[in-house]
Amino acid sequence: MENIADQYKHIKGWGVDADPTNEPTHPMKKYTGDDHNRINWQRPALQQYTVEILKSNERPTLSAVNGTSVPPSGLSGVLRRYAFKFSESSYGHWLPLLLADRINVVEGIIDDIKEGHFPNIPAERGIAADWKYNRKALIQKTVAMAAVSFILFTALRSKRK
Amino acid sequence: MLAMNYRGPRRVRVSEKPMPEILHPKDCVVRVTRSCICGSDIHLYNGLVPDTRVGSTFGHEFIGVVEEIGPDVHKLKVGDNVIVPFNIACGECAFCKQELYGNCHESNSQATAVGGIFGYSHTAGGYDGGQAEYARVPYADVGPTVIPEWMDHDDAVLLTDVVPTGYQAAEMGGIKTGDTVVIFGAGPVGIMAAKCAWLFGAGRVIIIDKLDYRLEFAKEYAQCEAYNYEDMGDPVLFLKKTTDWFGADVCIDAVGADATGSALQTITGKKLMLQAGAATALHWAINSVKKGGIVSIVGVYGPTDNLVPIGNVLNKGLTVRANQASVKRLLPRLIEHVKEGRLNPKGLITHRVPLEEVADAYHIFTSKLDNCLKPVLIPSTAKK
Ligand SMILES: NC(=O)c1ccc[n+]([C@@H]2O[C@H](COP(=O)([O-])OP(=O)(O)OC[C@H]3O[C@@H](n4cnc5c(N)ncnc54)[C@H](O)[C@@H]3O)[C@@H](O)[C@H]2O)c1
Ligand SMILES: [Zn+2]
Ligand SMILES: [Zn+2]
Repeated sequence: MENIADQYKHIKGWGVDADPTNEPTHPMKKYTGDDHNRINWQRPALQQYTVEILKSNERPTLSAVNGTSVPPSGLSGVLRRYAFKFSESSYGHWLPLLLADRINVVEGIIDDIKEGHFPNIPAERGIAADWKYNRKALIQKTVAMAAVSFILFTALRSKRK
Repeated sequence: MLAMNYRGPRRVRVSEKPMPEILHPKDCVVRVTRSCICGSDIHLYNGLVPDTRVGSTFGHEFIGVVEEIGPDVHKLKVGDNVIVPFNIACGECAFCKQELYGNCHESNSQATAVGGIFGYSHTAGGYDGGQAEYARVPYADVGPTVIPEWMDHDDAVLLTDVVPTGYQAAEMGGIKTGDTVVIFGAGPVGIMAAKCAWLFGAGRVIIIDKLDYRLEFAKEYAQCEAYNYEDMGDPVLFLKKTTDWFGADVCIDAVGADATGSALQTITGKKLMLQAGAATALHWAINSVKKGGIVSIVGVYGPTDNLVPIGNVLNKGLTVRANQASVKRLLPRLIEHVKEGRLNPKGLITHRVPLEEVADAYHIFTSKLDNCLKPVLIPSTAKK
């Protein structure tokens, strides 16, 4: 041990947390035995809700606190509520949620426009950073897109004639 | 107040949002002074985490000043500067009592497999995060920890996640003196895991990534060996050879669902979403560790399934340990390490960006532009 520590003198703190008795380590080491009381601990006060909170069907009640950002709404909300009929072990839970996430993106754009705000998608994607640090790729991409659009456009026009 | 606002995969902006309020007697409201973007945010940003709702504010790595406290908060007072651990923990449930603060059962109704996490989708509780001017912090007496006077706030903000996660990755590896530890992923978490592996007495530390600028940095910062997997053909074979055909004693996955390196994993995991992200690094970890070895997973995956060689876990008799970092549990020891100069968290920060430029910051970090390693967002209200 002495010898090996000498080898690592250049590394500040080498071995200070080595502890052969720390086994099994986290997540096991603080086991209290309370697990056999199941979920019957003294619960914290319960948060009062003014928005809809969905609940996993793998638990009997809401947890004592929850976030309240973005309650379910619209078509995506209908799907999210449906998803929560299934357990976390089921694709019936996760696939509708992923689908809802995608529908929610369209709902977000519609909401933006309704509020008179047309989303600046290139800015939201960080195009300014591309211009600063990735200019060559950005220009290549833009030129390629312009070329493809031009070819499609001329092809469609010549077809119509 | 201004807050980051998620609009869909790879689209974010800042917008005005209502000020957070005390919603529970044990809540406090914090004025954010710094918040980071994390590799975990990349999974959200790429749309890989189910129930990530448009309009959410991300951000689980933040520090700030307590502005308001609920009637049942006794340990904190208005004006305290606090480190806010990324996990929301009640301190009273059976899991918190075992110091599994990352697995609290009273902070998230929406999934039982994961506790509440700030700004991390509704699957992790639907909390607005700290990439904002202000944030609501539940169970204020449990998680938030007052920043010691002597501590640089750039160090403090990394104690919310990166340092404890890297440390716990090494801890769960059950490193024995002289062990060879291989870490997949030279992001902030992997680099911190490499640094911490030495604290546990590792004899050899190897980090694997494909970004040369990160490998170069890791070599200096964590005083370890660093290799690019793109140069080695088959990384598992490379690691077998470099460990005298034995396998590493411990392998750490510090990559998670956004891994690159295998076309099959990328197509099924990230393009078609037939699995919960690409499990390339975990696959390599399982196959490069020795028989009877330990695989420690801190890389984050989605809640469905992943393609991993579970048959080899069986045949090799591996121990797999994994968890969200139990930040609160580790803070006292980690604060000591920072004080003694054994860990230098702020050395990881490469970018400081005003909160208003959050869209650019996400793009720079996710696309690894400008040699980015760790960006910190600073709200204009940070100095008041
Ligand atoms: N368990 C926890 O509590 C916890 C906390 C924080 C972060 N995390 C997770 O840790 C992981 C890393 O976080 P980060 O902030 O360092 O992220 P990051 O994105 O900055 O770093 C990930 C690194 O992995 C590299 N990489 C990709 N595929 C690889 C492969 N096949 N082999 C080796 N390297 C590969 C990338 O090039 C990148 O440098 C993420 O999955 C994040 O969600 C977990
Ligand atoms: Zn994080
Ligand atoms: Zn708890």
